[in-house]
Amino acid sequence: MAAGVAAWLPFARAAAIGWMPVANLPMPVAPAEKSKRREELIILNVSGRRFQTWRNTLDRYPDTLLGSSEKEFFYNEETKEYFFDRDPDLFRSVLNFYRTGKLHYPRYECIASYDEELAFFGIQPEIIGDCCYEEYKDRKRENAERLMDDQEDNKDNKPPNMTCRETMWRAFENPHTSTMALVFYYVTGFFIAISVITNVVETVPCGLVPNQKEVPCGVRYTVAFFCMDTACVMIFTVEYLMRLFAAPSRYRFMRSVMSIIDVVAILPYYIGLVMTDNEDVSGAFVTLRVFRVFRIFKFSRHSQGLRILGYTLKSCASELGFLLFSLTMAIIIFATVMFYAEKGSTSSKFTSIPASFWYTIVTMTTLGYGDMVPKTIAGKIFGSICSLSGVLVIALPVPVIVSNFSRIYHQNQRADKRRAQKMQKARLARIRISREGTSSAFLHSKRNGLFNEVLELTEDQRLSKSTSLLESQHHHLLHCLEKTTNHEFVDEQYYQQSYLEAGMQNYPSQSPSLSSREGVTGTCCTRRSKKHHTPLQNASGPAHMQPLTHTHQQGLQELSTIHISTSRSSLNMRVDEPGALNCQSSQITTAIISIPTPPVTTPDGDAHLPVGPTYQNVVKVSAL
Amino acid sequence: MLSLSLLLGVNTPLPHLFSLCKDDSSDSDLELSTVRHQPEGLDQLQAQTKFTRKELQSLYRGFKNECPSGLVDEETFKTIYSQFFPQGDATTYAHFLFNAFDTDRNGSIRFEDFVIGLSVLLRGSITEKLNWAFNLYDINKDGYVTKEEMLAIMQSIYDMMGRYTYPCVRDEAPSEHVDKFFQKMDKNRDGVVTIEEFIETCQKDENIMNSMQLFENVI
Repeated sequence: MAAGVAAWLPFARAAAIGWMPVANLPMPVAPAEKSKRREELIILNVSGRRFQTWRNTLDRYPDTLLGSSEKEFFYNEETKEYFFDRDPDLFRSVLNFYRTGKLHYPRYECIASYDEELAFFGIQPEIIGDCCYEEYKDRKRENAERLMDDQEDNKDNKPPNMTCRETMWRAFENPHTSTMALVFYYVTGFFIAISVITNVVETVPCGLVPNQKEVPCGVRYTVAFFCMDTACVMIFTVEYLMRLFAAPSRYRFMRSVMSIIDVVAILPYYIGLVMTDNEDVSGAFVTLRVFRVFRIFKFSRHSQGLRILGYTLKSCASELGFLLFSLTMAIIIFATVMFYAEKGSTSSKFTSIPASFWYTIVTMTTLGYGDMVPKTIAGKIFGSICSLSGVLVIALPVPVIVSNFSRIYHQNQRADKRRAQKMQKARLARIRISREGTSSAFLHSKRNGLFNEVLELTEDQRLSKSTSLLESQHHHLLHCLEKTTNHEFVDEQYYQQSYLEAGMQNYPSQSPSLSSREGVTGTCCTRRSKKHHTPLQNASGPAHMQPLTHTHQQGLQELSTIHISTSRSSLNMRVDEPGALNCQSSQITTAIISIPTPPVTTPDGDAHLPVGPTYQNVVKVSAL
Repeated sequence: MLSLSLLLGVNTPLPHLFSLCKDDSSDSDLELSTVRHQPEGLDQLQAQTKFTRKELQSLYRGFKNECPSGLVDEETFKTIYSQFFPQGDATTYAHFLFNAFDTDRNGSIRFEDFVIGLSVLLRGSITEKLNWAFNLYDINKDGYVTKEEMLAIMQSIYDMMGRYTYPCVRDEAPSEHVDKFFQKMDKNRDGVVTIEEFIETCQKDENIMNSMQLFENVI
């Protein structure tokens, strides 16, 4: 129950007088107040700062430290106050929680110390109010990530016995782990650079040959370049094989982008080795040499920035694709227009529409090479329109990419928020469960209350000693409602089970006499007696409860029945679990229990108490 | 080109440009409901009710905690009352209760209404309590409780039980209950229950008399 609402409980109880004339049954007795309500101030001394509040305020949450008798451990007899050796600033939030019912997270506080305080005072952080919950979760996640990072850094002081393979893999992935790794890193980087430069220099014209023809260096110094190429490819091959050997999952490694780049970088050489001196495929051979330029992408292992750029482009791919598509549309439109506009002019370069594509692209991107220019007036008009719209085209991709970038950034944040929202759902589920706990607490205490009536325990031995006065008053209120309408509250699981059993049957008339109820055996809502053997459970116990049995009749009969069933219920407990879980997932099994369970009469002749075995039957079916 | 820019604009965060023309109707939020109500003095309330000073103080603290403005409107009232009945739907009954407490029918309960009502319920004589209950049932406050009014009240009480009850609440249960009620109360069989019939019947019923005493010591 929320805090402030606790103050309205007397009102709700008083308003229950409205039900009295309508009810046909006598009302239950109100819970006796153990002592006159102590409306007094108590002093909480937290590290010297004194807080004062009403005792009732703290009693609102009986399952926390301050609301329960646990605070008596901190009571100081001489000064007649409760002393806590904790942070007074954080205690403010804790105390405000009692006062207002909402827990707030102060932003300037460290998350770890706040969590500690909450744990000390027995408050669940999930009930932090919506205003502060996002912040709390964000901070908590950051903290957890930082801890994880710290752990990872500590892990780099590597565990002593790693296999050679694992060592190699770690060396490849993180060059800073050992000197060897660093050396390897730089050596491969150097050779990539060498290879790329070689490819470039190969094509530079390199001085004259006696027959006055400029030849590129590659042709002039064929052998040297070939040796250089071979050396680089050997290094790359060795590196690739070593990585392949060290990879924890070879298949995954072979599928990764970097390894594909490696393969593409070295494959042309080998293919070239294989197919030398074969003139018809020399064209393909030349093409293969082009792929050597992909070696430059090997640098991305050395550069984080390249990888991020690649990722950005990959994620912008759909937007860029759309942009390309719209550009294509524009190009086609303008090319067509220009072609037909220039068709009339003589010696026009615009020989076909595809030929006009080149003009359109050059104009729209404001390059303007000038190799194709329109000569007719119409052509010039449309040409100028084309170039003006090209300016727009230039202006558009930039915001698209920028907005994509920011969208990806925000998406990351939203993914985190969505994770937080999933936690929100989990949190709401937990809050709902705790709220259901009040209704199930009522059912639980009802049974305990009946236990007490039947066993005629004295006040001291009451089984329900863990429920506070507030709770007992609330339960009394709900009990009055039950009596007014002559129906009982039951929990969902029991309701669904009994609903399964129900076919078309007549409900008994609502006479309070039990004898008429006995006639219902085997039909709707067959009652089973299951005494949960956990009498001392806290009121906010497990959400799934067992239905109770009406024991209106006092006496020894009931006592013996209870004893019998209690021992049997402990056997049933484990059988019960899967059934309970099944129902909690709110999936009603399709097995309709059509066989009415005959009432098993106890030796005492209580016809309306079918005991253990029938229950076992039912449970087995519902556990399907 | 415009079509293209429009198409592309859909992808980019440009649409907010088009909403510049719309005038925001958020100005109405500025007319905040800064209605506040301060209750009459303690002495006057003490004179009007049967509570002691301390009790009034404690009641007011609880009241003010939940409703800082000093007034309870119907929605807040429904929310508060529903929290006591997690399994069912208490809003209809809360509506009737609200009308019973809001004696001057101005749509909100002030602390005086609240405490005067409570005084009747907790400290009043049996007749006063029965009067209050009759007032609750008499939805249109015309002095007669008809079957329809009683049915509405009964339905709202059964709504508070929720779905998961044993035995399951049938649809005819409230009307059967109403029939039983009228059988008991309506002495001259004219289809309505008057206040005199009500009080007379209740005073003869021992169960009801006992249950009226139930909440003597709530505060």
